[in-house]
Amino acid sequence: MTDLHWLPTHPDWRQRLRSLHTDPATAWDNAVALANVRLNFVLTNALDEAVRRIFPTGPETLSTKKVRLAVLGSSTLAHLLPGIRIAGLRRGIWIDTYENDYGQYLQELSDTDSPLHAFKPTAVLVALDAYHLTAGVTSGMDAASVEAALTEMQDRIKEIWHLASDAFRCPIIQQAALPLHLPLLGNNEHRLPGSRSWFLTRLNTALRTMAEQEGVDILAVDDRAARDGIAKWHDTALWHRSKQEVSPTASPMYGDLVGRWLAAKQGRSFKCLVLDLDNTVWGGVIGDDGLEGIAIGQGSPLGEAYTAFQEYARELSRRGVILAVCSKNDEANALEPFEKHPDMVLKRGDIASFVANWSNKADNIRAIARDLNIGLDSLCFIDDNPFERNLVRQELPMVAVPEVSDDPTGYPVALSDGGYFEGLSVTDEDRERTSQYQGNKARDAMKAAVTDLPSYLRGLEMELIWRRFDKIGQQRIVQLINKSNQFNLTTRRYTDEDIVAVMADPNAFGLQLRLTDRFGDNGIIAIVIGRLQPNKDLYIDTWLMSCRVLGRQVEPTTLNLIAQEAARLGAKRLVGDYIPTKKNGMVKDHYAKLGFTVMASDEAGGNRNILDLMAFTPAETFIHVIEG
Amino acid sequence: MATEAEIYRGLNEIFSDVFMRDDLTLTPALNAKDVKGWDSFKQIEIIMASEEKWGIKFNTRELDALRTLGDLAKMIETKAG
Repeated sequence: MTDLHWLPTHPDWRQRLRSLHTDPATAWDNAVALANVRLNFVLTNALDEAVRRIFPTGPETLSTKKVRLAVLGSSTLAHLLPGIRIAGLRRGIWIDTYENDYGQYLQELSDTDSPLHAFKPTAVLVALDAYHLTAGVTSGMDAASVEAALTEMQDRIKEIWHLASDAFRCPIIQQAALPLHLPLLGNNEHRLPGSRSWFLTRLNTALRTMAEQEGVDILAVDDRAARDGIAKWHDTALWHRSKQEVSPTASPMYGDLVGRWLAAKQGRSFKCLVLDLDNTVWGGVIGDDGLEGIAIGQGSPLGEAYTAFQEYARELSRRGVILAVCSKNDEANALEPFEKHPDMVLKRGDIASFVANWSNKADNIRAIARDLNIGLDSLCFIDDNPFERNLVRQELPMVAVPEVSDDPTGYPVALSDGGYFEGLSVTDEDRERTSQYQGNKARDAMKAAVTDLPSYLRGLEMELIWRRFDKIGQQRIVQLINKSNQFNLTTRRYTDEDIVAVMADPNAFGLQLRLTDRFGDNGIIAIVIGRLQPNKDLYIDTWLMSCRVLGRQVEPTTLNLIAQEAARLGAKRLVGDYIPTKKNGMVKDHYAKLGFTVMASDEAGGNRNILDLMAFTPAETFIHVIEG
Repeated sequence: MATEAEIYRGLNEIFSDVFMRDDLTLTPALNAKDVKGWDSFKQIEIIMASEEKWGIKFNTRELDALRTLGDLAKMIETKAG
């Protein structure tokens, strides 16, 4: 796969591109946003053209350093340059590029009057194609001749590095050879000294040793091609047609590999991985499923997949990436697996900043950045929930938010392929970093929320689709009633028979609520059972909701529905109880928040609440309600 | 199964992305001389974007035989049909 799968898609991308030029003041920021989308090579080229039309030499002031990159090579390179420039843009970096006249890299390097010297590069990419690198190597050669050819090729490359380094005193990166030659022997190709395929394998190993000695970096397209398949990177027919070694379809990926190197050179790689917990670090919801119910560890394929992701995160942390947690949970629940679950790979001590509460995640991520005293633009946030991802993307565009599915096997891949934590070296300090952050930090109190939630919610196009209890929904209704622990006012458990009885009772109603938004269908997210009392009070027997949809105005919208159904049964007042359990502390003040009057509280912490329906005005929310 | 109209709609999107223009009228007779900037690289972009869009692959002989937009549309119809 050479597509930029870790970036989200954007439905209005083309329109946004067309209107990019209309406001020069915001054009750069908007262009950066457009670059952070899953672009193929055609759209990459289109964005590059538009941006260069608006900014022929780049914006005047930038917080990043502008780069002048010379790309030197032996084949067609022009098609790779837009991908490189857009990869810079993706990271807020302006890149000017230069390519040598076809095949003339050595001449231009040697001639101080050449346009290459006039360009004054601040970085050099040496991109020699695999045909050029194996010129003269044939299967008829004996081992000694091949050895000489290998040494000669190494010397020639070293000569290029020296020429570039002496002339420009700037960082150099060498593209590894793309392994595109076909084998001649087969499995034991290494027994044929003059095999071009084997020659390149050896050259790629030698390049890395040389690069260490010479202070040059490597662009590992060979590793990338091993993951993607060489056919994704090289199209032989295209080579014959236009001498493009790297296929244009792979050019956005190629560019991104260069862009992340340039960003790392400016110290702009991401430094901290912020983890959601439920269904990201383990399977299930700890507050509902409990310690025994979450999927983690050996024994189930899903549990093993979460273990593998935790291992990848721990490996990152051991090489210097800081780990943090941002979870919608009661803190005690969120901590429990870290402290008590034997299969957890990540321990509390691996997490430098641990934030678990019910505030919105944008504010919590700001708090994590303050806590760790690092910039928001060094945080990368991973969450299985598209709502949370998009909220953070909208509120904090500088935070990286890889696009992932609900399949945990994809999480390490997204982090790795996205190149967020591109590193150039590893120090002892890196290895100790997490413990340093833990030792130094003092947790500040949460600052006031500043997130513009209403505009986000409005843009979500939420629909609450409600139905009374029915046979189709019955199984899911019973499951939710018996599983939900956190947002559950009374925690009454009911069987299939009980639900059938509600359906048959003319003085009761059961509601099943489904929430959809522009990111998809969240499924049945809330259940309500109301029972009309002889005194015309409507007693809210059961009200539970999935914590996934907290903070989205589902609660007041649900109350509107309850009031409507209660009125249908002739009720005058609503009566709602909060019955405390170990896990439902989050809804203690649920009714008071919705405008109920607290009538009684008991010693155990429970309360009874009343709402007069005559005086009730339905709340206005951003949720469109439909029966269906 | 792609119809001729669908193919032209798809090509229209590709052309508007490749040339950054929304005012091109795609006719079967259209060729590289008619559109400013339609050089051999743009030609490759158009071909590869078409391959990606319809999940097809053209071989060298087929590409060499292309003269007009109509040739391309017909070939897409044959392959994706």
